[in-house]
Amino acid sequence: MNMATDLAPTPTRPSRLRGLTKRWRTLPLAGRVGLSLVIFWILAAVFGRMVAPYEVGAIVSDDVFQGFSAAHPLGSDYLGRDVLSRVLSGARYTVGLALAGAMLASTTGTTLALFAAASGRWVDEAMSRLMDAMISLPSKVLALVMVAAFGSSIPLLLIIATVTYVPGAYRIARSLAVSLNQMDYVQAARARGEGRFYLAWSEILPNMIHPMLADFGLRFVFVVLMLSGLSFLGLGVQPPNADLGSLVRENTSGLGDGAPAVLMPALAIATLTIGVNLFIDGLPRRGRRSDGEA
Amino acid sequence: MSPLVEVRGLSVAARDEQGAPVTLVRDVSFSIPQGEVLALIGESGSGKTTIALALMGYARAGCGVAAETLRVAGVDVLSLSAAERVAFRGAKVSYIAQSAASAFNPSKTIMDQVVEPAVIHGLMSRQAAEAKAVDLFRSLALPDPEGIGRRYPHQVSGGQLQRLMAAMALITDPALVVLDEPTTALDVTTQIDALRVFKKVVRERGATAVYVSHDLAVVAQMADRIVVLRQGEIREAGGTDQVLHAPSDPYTRSLMAAARPQVRAAPAAAASSETTPLLQVTGLSAGYGRPDAQGLPRALILKDIDFAIQRGATLGVIGESGSGKSTLARVIAGLLPASRGQVLLNGQALAPELARRPREQLRRIQIVFQNADTALNPAQTVSRVLGRPLEFYHGLKGAAQQARVAELLELIRLPPAIAERRAGELSGGQKQRINLARALAADPDLILCDEVTSALDTVVAAAILDLMADLRRELGVSFMFISHDISTVRAVCDDILVLYSGRTVEAGSRSAFQAPPFHPYTDLLVASVPEMRRGWLEETPVRRAPAPARVAAGGSLCSFLDRCPMRVDGVCDVTPPPRVRLSDGSQVLCHRTERQLAAAGAQRSEVGAR
Repeated sequence: MNMATDLAPTPTRPSRLRGLTKRWRTLPLAGRVGLSLVIFWILAAVFGRMVAPYEVGAIVSDDVFQGFSAAHPLGSDYLGRDVLSRVLSGARYTVGLALAGAMLASTTGTTLALFAAASGRWVDEAMSRLMDAMISLPSKVLALVMVAAFGSSIPLLLIIATVTYVPGAYRIARSLAVSLNQMDYVQAARARGEGRFYLAWSEILPNMIHPMLADFGLRFVFVVLMLSGLSFLGLGVQPPNADLGSLVRENTSGLGDGAPAVLMPALAIATLTIGVNLFIDGLPRRGRRSDGEA
Repeated sequence: MSPLVEVRGLSVAARDEQGAPVTLVRDVSFSIPQGEVLALIGESGSGKTTIALALMGYARAGCGVAAETLRVAGVDVLSLSAAERVAFRGAKVSYIAQSAASAFNPSKTIMDQVVEPAVIHGLMSRQAAEAKAVDLFRSLALPDPEGIGRRYPHQVSGGQLQRLMAAMALITDPALVVLDEPTTALDVTTQIDALRVFKKVVRERGATAVYVSHDLAVVAQMADRIVVLRQGEIREAGGTDQVLHAPSDPYTRSLMAAARPQVRAAPAAAASSETTPLLQVTGLSAGYGRPDAQGLPRALILKDIDFAIQRGATLGVIGESGSGKSTLARVIAGLLPASRGQVLLNGQALAPELARRPREQLRRIQIVFQNADTALNPAQTVSRVLGRPLEFYHGLKGAAQQARVAELLELIRLPPAIAERRAGELSGGQKQRINLARALAADPDLILCDEVTSALDTVVAAAILDLMADLRRELGVSFMFISHDISTVRAVCDDILVLYSGRTVEAGSRSAFQAPPFHPYTDLLVASVPEMRRGWLEETPVRRAPAPARVAAGGSLCSFLDRCPMRVDGVCDVTPPPRVRLSDGSQVLCHRTERQLAAAGAQRSEVGAR
């Protein structure tokens, strides 16, 4: 969510904290729950390894697929490793990769869209058709081919996530930019003689931030699910490291016993994605209160 | 007999963003006897629509309605269950909204939608409802009453659509009709027809009606009684004559005063005609779409326009929607390149395209848009909105820029604290002032004002007009004032240009526009402005143009041909009209002689005076 603070017009400094508490108060209950979940997972990603009770790869229990216990709060996995430690470490990969991927996709898409809207018709047409072509590629298949060709690595996963979700972000940003381009205030700036890039950067972009932020949240969820899917297939983050998706996969044999080792990572993915969605839905939408009297 | 509508102690409250309660309507009481029309009048935010909607048992999301008594046609509206309310609305009470265009579903035929209330309430069979609809179409003076139902909403004009919505509202023979600003979005020439048929239908059917409006002159034609509202409270209530002629409340008096525009023209800057005019436009044509073989766009909006604006003078451009008046402003500002003709600023030709005009030329001409809500960037503070042109044209930065912003705010009579607000935190009038200030920041010679007062309440609009007059006096800026309202234009402009479908049909000085002779279209415009007295509507003669002329559409024939009540068959539909200079100095595009035009105008005003 760094994008918001970087790009939105900076509010006056002293009022920022008060602004945040005010936002929190205007957030509906579901939004608060969502935000809390998101913050929880971000904290888990950042500080998880420090508070984890055991080494990630260490086999610390003789008993596999153990249930909840004081020594292993979330049980042990199929090799007898501590599930809590592994989930905390997996969160780092899932949240970090998804955040970076979604951020790259959203900023690239928005930048390209603004460039297309600011440039003439031909640039716009060419870029839009190229993006349409990219949208038509099935993302999972593309990912499979790329992993097969280059071998799985963290940078490659990031590139896959970005390439897959740039066209969607571009589409949304471009349609926003095109309609904002027709607004009177943009016309007024144009009549003043402002250059295209000033129009795109100063007049159009600030009014796109809110919808693009919502879009960013959705893309984040998509990337989480895609990475988890890839890891579940064994093509994502490679052992000994593991993201939440790989944790689910490696422990599937515990499913029959209802072992926490398989349920907990799945629950982690669910709470993360649902939390982001609840938070986005709770964000105030512009224009909702503009229903004044005629 | 008890009155049809009885309202006692009606209050409507909502909560603002912080959750604090806000009272929209406070302790309002009135009653309407069977067959009478009650007008609710007030500015935006006065609660007039909220009250009207409460009569239907409807409150906008988040609003709560409370009343001691709220009875409509013997029904206690507030105690209805959801199912009873469904049966009540549309059958007992019906609603005619301001914008018919957005009230109709574009994908269904008109007949489907007009009969819908009767059919879904099970009041009539589909066939009976259709027969009744055709009846209503006829009494609403719609063309082709049998066939119009088969059309889709986009195939009829705005005025016709408004009348069709009236048909939809009346088809169930409701006890009460709520008309919410039904003619506000219409051109004056269309409004008068709509008012006429509304009145006729209401009288014929003995319907009881609530007429919501901000326009006293319109209300004077329709209502038996008037309730004046301000900020959710009744300021005055009484018979139409009493409220209009002997208003007891100071607020009503201020409304009346604002509705009659006073002459605000500054002494026309002693512009001697020898000097080069500030702006001269010659043979200007422009439009939208791909250019054809002659270099003219497919949809030609402006045809061969000539005019000049002297330094310090104000030119009024008037015409109905679609006449090309906004396009004219866009062409002069360079937003739409002209396809023919020239625009000279101080004798220097301006490039048609914006990109090829030097910044200095751009600075001299500024444009102010109609809709203040969309003309200010919601993401920018006022100081940024005003600061940017200062930086862009004059290189002002930092403290010097902020000092100039403060000066500009003072110039437009706004407190300096407003500089840190964003557009969403300003009122409509404040936004329009900032809009003007942004143009002033460039220190321009000419400001193009596109309907700058149309979306504002009368009192607020009057204040903006005063401000413009002051600016002319203090800064010597010239204005091009675009409007659809001839009385405003006559009050503020030195010269006036009347546009009709992209052609100048009349051009002259303000004094020439005070009395006939007029071009027939100007005459129609002047005659269609409602006067603030009862009976005006009845006294104003219905002016039907003869059946539409069916001629090979010659591009240069008179464009007003089909609607002209003074058409000369065999002349007007054959030869293009000449441009005639009348003795009062104005130019008219018409075949009729000055004497004939004067006689027609005089006859009308005589009928009006009787």
